[in-house]
Amino acid sequence: MRLTRRGFLKVAGVAAGTGLACAATARAAGPAPVDAGLPGVLVDTTRCAGCRACEGACAEANKNPAPDAAADMSLRRDTSQHVFTVINQAEGPAGQPRFGKKQCMHCLAPACGSACPVRAMDKLPSGPVVYDASKCMGCRYCMVACAFDIPKYEYERAAPRVRKCGFCSERLAAGLEPACTSVCPTGALTFGKRTALLEEAKRRIYAEGSTYLRRVYGEHEAGGTSWLYISDIPFEKLALATGMPERPYSELVAGALGAPPFIMTLWPPLLMGLYAFSKRRDEVEEQEDRHG
Amino acid sequence: MADAVALSGSSSFLREKVLLGMGWGEYLRSLLTPANAVAAVILAVGLPLLGYRFAAGLGATTALSQAYPWGIWIGFDMMTGIVLAAGGFTIGASVQLLGLRDYHAIERSAILTAFLGYLMAVIGLLADLGRPWNIVQAVFNYGSASPLFEVAWCVMCYTTVLLLEFTVPFFEWMGWRKLHAVLKNMLIALTVLSVVFSTMHQSALGSLFLLAPTKLHPLWYSPFIFIFFFISAILAGISMAVIESSISHRVFARQLAGHQVDVDGLVVGLGKAGAVVAFAYFFIKLQGVIDGHAWAHLATGWGALFLVETVGLALVPSLLFAWGARNRQPRAVKIAAVLAVGGIILNRLNVSVIAFNWTNPVRYMPSWMEVWISLTLVTLGVVAFRWIVNRMPIVREDPAFPQGHG
Repeated sequence: MRLTRRGFLKVAGVAAGTGLACAATARAAGPAPVDAGLPGVLVDTTRCAGCRACEGACAEANKNPAPDAAADMSLRRDTSQHVFTVINQAEGPAGQPRFGKKQCMHCLAPACGSACPVRAMDKLPSGPVVYDASKCMGCRYCMVACAFDIPKYEYERAAPRVRKCGFCSERLAAGLEPACTSVCPTGALTFGKRTALLEEAKRRIYAEGSTYLRRVYGEHEAGGTSWLYISDIPFEKLALATGMPERPYSELVAGALGAPPFIMTLWPPLLMGLYAFSKRRDEVEEQEDRHG
Repeated sequence: MADAVALSGSSSFLREKVLLGMGWGEYLRSLLTPANAVAAVILAVGLPLLGYRFAAGLGATTALSQAYPWGIWIGFDMMTGIVLAAGGFTIGASVQLLGLRDYHAIERSAILTAFLGYLMAVIGLLADLGRPWNIVQAVFNYGSASPLFEVAWCVMCYTTVLLLEFTVPFFEWMGWRKLHAVLKNMLIALTVLSVVFSTMHQSALGSLFLLAPTKLHPLWYSPFIFIFFFISAILAGISMAVIESSISHRVFARQLAGHQVDVDGLVVGLGKAGAVVAFAYFFIKLQGVIDGHAWAHLATGWGALFLVETVGLALVPSLLFAWGARNRQPRAVKIAAVLAVGGIILNRLNVSVIAFNWTNPVRYMPSWMEVWISLTLVTLGVVAFRWIVNRMPIVREDPAFPQGHG
């Protein structure tokens, strides 16, 4: 194989160009967090009375077993493969109880969706992050990736599924609101457009005499979530996960995922170049042996 | 004897190629060795267990939980199995592309180890997947934002490349000259592909954890984890080549009668490469700590584990490699290789199992069935390796195919 300098530069130039183009498209393919018009829920934890009507409605809508009425809410309960939402109790100001609701946050750019190699976990254009068991191979990478520990697995079943809140996507498509928000008697859960809810949340936070923490949980967490929380006690006390990056999880892997186009286009010419050099070296050695 | 009748005419192939020139009775008696007895016990329990896993499900066989969705089938069989099989592409590239012809003596055993390693990793993965029948979905649904998508495609492609590379000695064994010539001409291209696919998936296995910044301990989490994984894969490839070549040239010494290979010379040469790569690996791991501002964690128990991994099993082997290569001490190089491999196994287990969800008060401990199935896969690989090396021209040359190696 003979590789001239001109030929090499051509190959390298084409390769680098293709690499750049591929990297650009790879980045563009990542889901961009756009929340225009997407649905959301505002959870005002100071208004929640801990009646757990949402838990019951959720179980019914998802055909899950009815919640255990005697459950101790102060135990930091977790969701499970049979329970898509739980209410946890914490102590608020002046000994009053405060309640945190845990369910899927429906991230704007969900980590589980970035993780899923077969798009079984995917964000619908209408907002909900939903799961399709018919595509799922059961790698459980979504469970590894979710910072809120939401996807739960049916280890006990022969054909296990990942189970989590689906934002009642069928009810939403039919023009209804999610089961949980539809039964909330105290106005702790407000269903609406995320952008409008964010404004409402800030209006309440900055209102005269407000005792809310000056932060909307879910505004920036993991790049922003459809569910937003306001509270007058720290969010971690309400058994909500904290400490995750304030940017979309898809960005965490974007750099690494931009590499393959370069590897695929630059490695072969480079390796073939090395091969050409080593072959030439052998030929020269052979010739010298013959003459010498 | 019944043996003699069965072995007439067309079954001479069976007798010569499969039974190593022995009759059935003699062959079966030759299998009665202590090593085979141990392997038989492991497989006799392990293979039914594997069946039980598919019949009864993950819950009945593993200690996996909602907090620990990945156990040793991912952490050991997949993560470790694949990194330890990196010798296939590192040695292949050294021989085929860089023209380091001396190493052709260990090229085929490195490729065979890689091929079997990947096969076992894939079986382990199938056991771990909750819905293994849906693995074909990766071909039809492009979850291209996922590092696991990259891993899935590259492992699929690379296992195929390894299979094709393995067919060269296989066709020599079968005596199929035409196909052998075709595949032998493809070796350069296959080696280029092996480097391309390996670069991508060895690093992408690390990228998997980029999505777990709150769960993986800060000493191990780094935005550069995919580079750590790639460099350590090269180190694993070199170290495994040292270990394999010294073991297989001792165990299969009988086959080498007539053409001696300077194993010590090869080991010392690999030691030089090992010293450089191991030091580079230690150095970038250190940069990971600096970049992650994780110094304070070094004073904790997690820090001790991290130091064992990076100083004890990366820096120390790098110095030992260098000393062994400089003073031509193959023994030192071999010890360094064992240490380095231990460090890489520990690293993969730390990242995927031990230091994962480190703040969780409940820890994952594998069930005995998980451990036994992992052991079964390793045993299967070793048994298959021995079976093949005893028959096909892996360590030795086939007299009918002179210069078949290389």
